[in-house]
Amino acid sequence: MNEIQITQGLLLAGTLFMLGLIGVLIRRNIIFMLVCVEIMLNAAGLAFIVAGSKWAQPDGQVMFIFILTMAAAEVSVGLALILQIHHQLKTLDSDAASEMKG
Amino acid sequence: MEITFYISGAVAILSTIMVITRFNIIHALLYLVVSFLALATVFFIMGAPFAAALEIIIYAGAIVVLIIFVIMMLNLKGEAIEQERKWLTPQVWIGPAILSFILLGELIYIIGIGNSGAAGLPSQLVDSKAVGKSLYGQYILGVELSGMLLMAGIVGAYHLGRQKKKVIHRFLEQIEE
Repeated sequence: MNEIQITQGLLLAGTLFMLGLIGVLIRRNIIFMLVCVEIMLNAAGLAFIVAGSKWAQPDGQVMFIFILTMAAAEVSVGLALILQIHHQLKTLDSDAASEMKG
Repeated sequence: MEITFYISGAVAILSTIMVITRFNIIHALLYLVVSFLALATVFFIMGAPFAAALEIIIYAGAIVVLIIFVIMMLNLKGEAIEQERKWLTPQVWIGPAILSFILLGELIYIIGIGNSGAAGLPSQLVDSKAVGKSLYGQYILGVELSGMLLMAGIVGAYHLGRQKKKVIHRFLEQIEE
């Protein structure tokens, strides 16, 4: 594992994170925004894996497992929120949920 | 191993671009699975086979299936069968199929050259034994906190996803909490 591949791996992680951020910003469907958040979390995990690969330590993969756990909990709560929004507003447009009212 | 890394990275970036530009969410999820598979290949090349297996099992398996379940719960209308027939055209699945076949060829290449010296598995392989010893050794507090986080996720998803049942009382109409 040479230095060039570490740099390329971090560049790949940054590119994927940027693509996920662009997706969150340009889409209005809530499910698409949740998927793009998953892409960003995955890119962060890739950065941890690359860094753990550089020093040949297991800490990177441990952090990846923690990110995985957090992503699983986050997607379950997020999908439950999407179900509630669709049940109450009859749409998946994120702009329709711009008002807070009890 | 260099060229396999570049091909997997290109497949991951291309499929992620296709994810954020699709209009139909099922097509986007199809490309998302391909993106996760490509990233699993990158993890394998980076010397993290345990993380690659977890990526496929949990991300490409569980999370995508969960999102598909919610999509199926949201729009179950009469035109679902017609929409299904409209979706299953060759131009829908030909893109993810081509990207997946690139990954398959790469996998065959890696397995084929696997035992022949320097081009095989990376030297700095961090196997699952080291990960497990670290996870249940110095990171045991993080593992317990992850369990509590998952428990909070289960309780929160159950509480939020419950539909409020509307019952007609004998005297007054009320919304049961």
